Amino acid sequence: MNTRTRVLLEESVLPPLVALVVALVAGDLLIMAYGQAPGVVWRALLEGTWGNSYGFGQVLYKATTLACTGLAVAVGLRAGLFNIGAEGQLAAGGFGAGLVGLMLPAGTPALIAVPLCVLAALAAGGAVGSVPGILRARFGAHEVIVTIMLNFIVLALLNYFVSAKLHVPETLHTPEIHAGAVARLSGTFDAFHGSAANWTIVIVLLAAAFVWGFLFRTRAGYELRAVGLQSDAAEYAGIRAGRVWFSAMAMSGALAGLGGINFVLGYKNYYEDGFTGGAGFLGIAVALIGRNNPVGVLLAALFFATLSQGGLAINAMVPKQMVEVLQGIVILAVATAVPEVRRLLRSAMSRRKAAP
Amino acid sequence: MTVLLFLAQTLRIAIPYLFAAAGGAIAERAGVVSLTLEGFMLGGAFGAVLGAHYTGSAWLGIAAGVAVGVLLGSIHAGASIRFKADQVVVGVAINLFAVGITRFFLQLAFQSSSNSPRVVGFGASAGGSSAAFLANPLVWLGLAVMPAMAFVINKTRFGLRVRAVGEHPQAAASVGVPVNRVRYAAVIASGALAALGGVYLALDQHQFTDSMTAGRGFIALAAVIFGRWDPLRAGVACLLFAAAETLQIQLQAAQIIPSQFVAMIPYVLTIVAVAGVVGRSTPPAALGKTSE
Amino acid sequence: MNGAAPAIRLTAIDKYFGAVHANRSASLVVQEREIHALVGENGAGKSTLMKILSGMTPADGGTVEVGGREVTGWTTAEAIAAGVGMVHQHFMLVPTLTVAENVVLGREPVSAGTFDRARAERDVERLCEQSGLAVPAGRLVADLSVGEAQRVEILKLLYRGARVLLLDEPTAVLSPPEVAELWKVLRRLRDGGATIVLITHKLDEVMAVSEHVTVMRMGETVANMATSDTSPEKIAKAMVGRDVDLAVRQGGGAAKLAGTPGAVALDVRHLVVRGARIEKAVDDVSFSIAPGEILGIAGVEGNGQTELLEAIAGIRGVTSGTITLGGADITHRGVHNRGEAGLSHIPEDRHRRGLILDYTLAENLILGQQHHYTNNGILDRHAIIDHARRRIVEYDIRPTDPSLPARALSGGNQQKIVIARELSRAFTVLLAAQPTRGVDVGAIEFIHAELRKAREEGKAVLLVSAELKEVLTLSDRIAVMYGGRFVAMFPRSDASEEVIGPFMTGAARGQVA
Repeated sequence: MNTRTRVLLEESVLPPLVALVVALVAGDLLIMAYGQAPGVVWRALLEGTWGNSYGFGQVLYKATTLACTGLAVAVGLRAGLFNIGAEGQLAAGGFGAGLVGLMLPAGTPALIAVPLCVLAALAAGGAVGSVPGILRARFGAHEVIVTIMLNFIVLALLNYFVSAKLHVPETLHTPEIHAGAVARLSGTFDAFHGSAANWTIVIVLLAAAFVWGFLFRTRAGYELRAVGLQSDAAEYAGIRAGRVWFSAMAMSGALAGLGGINFVLGYKNYYEDGFTGGAGFLGIAVALIGRNNPVGVLLAALFFATLSQGGLAINAMVPKQMVEVLQGIVILAVATAVPEVRRLLRSAMSRRKAAP
Repeated sequence: MTVLLFLAQTLRIAIPYLFAAAGGAIAERAGVVSLTLEGFMLGGAFGAVLGAHYTGSAWLGIAAGVAVGVLLGSIHAGASIRFKADQVVVGVAINLFAVGITRFFLQLAFQSSSNSPRVVGFGASAGGSSAAFLANPLVWLGLAVMPAMAFVINKTRFGLRVRAVGEHPQAAASVGVPVNRVRYAAVIASGALAALGGVYLALDQHQFTDSMTAGRGFIALAAVIFGRWDPLRAGVACLLFAAAETLQIQLQAAQIIPSQFVAMIPYVLTIVAVAGVVGRSTPPAALGKTSE
Repeated sequence: MNGAAPAIRLTAIDKYFGAVHANRSASLVVQEREIHALVGENGAGKSTLMKILSGMTPADGGTVEVGGREVTGWTTAEAIAAGVGMVHQHFMLVPTLTVAENVVLGREPVSAGTFDRARAERDVERLCEQSGLAVPAGRLVADLSVGEAQRVEILKLLYRGARVLLLDEPTAVLSPPEVAELWKVLRRLRDGGATIVLITHKLDEVMAVSEHVTVMRMGETVANMATSDTSPEKIAKAMVGRDVDLAVRQGGGAAKLAGTPGAVALDVRHLVVRGARIEKAVDDVSFSIAPGEILGIAGVEGNGQTELLEAIAGIRGVTSGTITLGGADITHRGVHNRGEAGLSHIPEDRHRRGLILDYTLAENLILGQQHHYTNNGILDRHAIIDHARRRIVEYDIRPTDPSLPARALSGGNQQKIVIARELSRAFTVLLAAQPTRGVDVGAIEFIHAELRKAREEGKAVLLVSAELKEVLTLSDRIAVMYGGRFVAMFPRSDASEEVIGPFMTGAARGQVA
């Protein structure tokens, strides 16, 4: 096995494989605990997601948000920073987009309104993300603690704005926005009818392509990865870690913020308190299984979106909460099993090398 | 009288924080990141309700809740110590898992997606008499837990080893301290303690409701950090945070400060503390590093 | 010796680390109640031998006997239980615990279920009195000086009843009065019945404190003598393996700066640099290098060379003094800026600084020069690959695939990446730290040829190497660094291993202004 095959195996194949196997085994146990036949339930899950265009549309919709938070966490990790704050950044992005959408006069052409809203989402998420970046660069404050705490602060702040300033009475959401709505995919492809899938997915695919290009084709990306991989070598090369931390976290926050578009402009046409529903935290799982690679992140987002939509499809047989359990178990399994299998693989290789 | 009511209310809010923060303090001092307190609490709350429901005994409810905490703590310890997994990732996973598994079994055991039926407990029923509050053994335990934790960490052999292991594990290992065993014990203890916080919530309200811990585990973590990883200071932070909450509840009618801003206090203070704007709070040196 | 078994008897010890033969049939006999010096150059195998004795690593061959009992292959815990303990160069102390807590950790006195702090402090204070090691028992270790921290390490061993103490270069981090204090303590311990093995490469220490000396060279124990019957010359001869002339060495102390040509490429004045553990790792160092000159710094590692080069490179802050490059003051400029001003740097640790191991060969070949391979912020992949291909051929880097991660290459080829990168950029001054460390003979020759070529092209080179031979072969002038200072400076014609050796070990002293 040469180095490149091994790297491919370890980095790209192993995590999703572990995730899939563990999800299947744990899922079987839960299904049987509920007195159902695993085969039947799994089949229903697949049919309800990839088996019909509505279900598939919903998977795409959910994957769109997860891809954003996954990319956000991935960019942070590439710079050596753990962004646990995607949840708050996502909410801020959605709020920013919704606010601009509300402020624009009705009938603003989409060509102007949508980019403005997208910019607002990026800016709001980026602003929230840059706080831990600055605190890390300036004071050495650990980004994990800061991002966790910031989640609560941002969510409380947004809750205040929505409940006290902007809400439709008796609800926790803003009025409908006048401009900037992103069209549903079903407008173009009848098959998606009823699903929330919308053109945000294209924006997100572009964002993923941008992130890939940034990380692997620009000098800034080169320097960002250098800091994440070996900060001493980066220092030797004249790269200022503080600047990289700041820009990485701002970018990370902006990517998470972008995900807010999907719900606010693409689905409901208003900002609603609590719309994030844990997508920010799942972004950690998405980045983990996608190995911080934009392509991997997109695939992992599809995987988790499938699980999440699949939960609804099987709810009649097994409580949909089963998939939440599976998500936790999958993350745990990938976090523990992958390094373990990698160690075993390495020691097996070195043994073979040592043998005459 | 208002003062007494205020104090009673503060204590009532503080008890779960105190339990969870005690757990957070011991685990973090041993060098293991405690993002899991929230999950431990939720698991403990659910375990307590299950136990109380099936046995009819609040005491056995406590036992069941602690058992769930020990179980979750063992998973956390095993993944972080034995498998050297990233502790932040493990923390996020366990919290997600705890939400999912409690919902799943809520459905399985009680056919509800929102709450369990009423179970026996210690808390006062609606309104709340101070007699019932004082009769709750968990209140007294909760008040004692931080001084006890301070004693354990500062005055016992185990505590000395916990401090050594969290600060410089190689040095501890070089003189024969079983580093991993100390960490296992600390993390499992943190599971049991944080779970007690959840047990208190559930038995006080006589039921389990979906995601009933509502971020209290993170407030407890904030208290640990704000208290600079010292149990007594963390305990004071818990009381401070609880007092702020009480104030918010009392002022709600008056609408002086929006409640959300009061709710932010613990988090803002914690960020200020880690940024070192007023006296830096330095975590245990080996926190989060179990790989070497 | 009246037939009693020696305290330590190591016989025919062999130890391999991968392909490196660290100990070759090494033997050591240490009698009870003596201070025994174990000397040798860097990499002679001293520390390895002591690690085997203290149970930290098993030997691949040979036997270990302590007090007449065979204990080959024992563990650290067993060694400590048998009274054998080691004080490492890097302290194993918990900074947030007190002295007493550190000393008793792992064997804590307990009363009524709780840690008996009062008794711990009493025990430690008593030990302090008995041994003469003065440290405040209740003080936090974080607040101690290096010398005090070292005393705590020794106290830890005494508390565990150690009667055989192994000290690995204990004076490396101490100031002269602290060294004197340590000798007093060691003598007192010996008089109290302890056996002490002192690892060092400083001959003045050997003469000052030991009763017997064992000399190691290239993994073998080559000589064993009573200190009273020997001399620094004899020991030095055993260390380097050939005759040395003390008279010449003493004369070197008065050597002056070699005549400098008119032009100055790099000028350093009164430089003071903080180290990780000491205030003045570099202590008032001044020198200049002319274009087309190689200035070599000889010295035992850890005498400030690393800090000096890092300060010139811009990685480490300067406490005071100035650094001038081609007439421009760069003392406070950033790393990138210095590179643009004409500084090139081969760092001493390629795994930590010189390379990003997960980056490809091509990516590593532009590290630090990424600005020059960018158009409007976009990496110019053609230029990067083209650069990589040419450097790979020019510097004979193997394997030749530029898309392989640096991790996949051998040590020699990894170093060639660093050399290729740093020598192919535009520069006037080259800092070369340990340029041939851990590379094979062929690569060494190649790297030496490259450094000479740079000199012929008019570059100024500052060379630091733990290999004295390397410094002697390549340099036009040689400075000797000891304790953060330049203690001697020789033109190549006046320098030899014999002349330089005593300055490196502190046996001879001087000061170069």
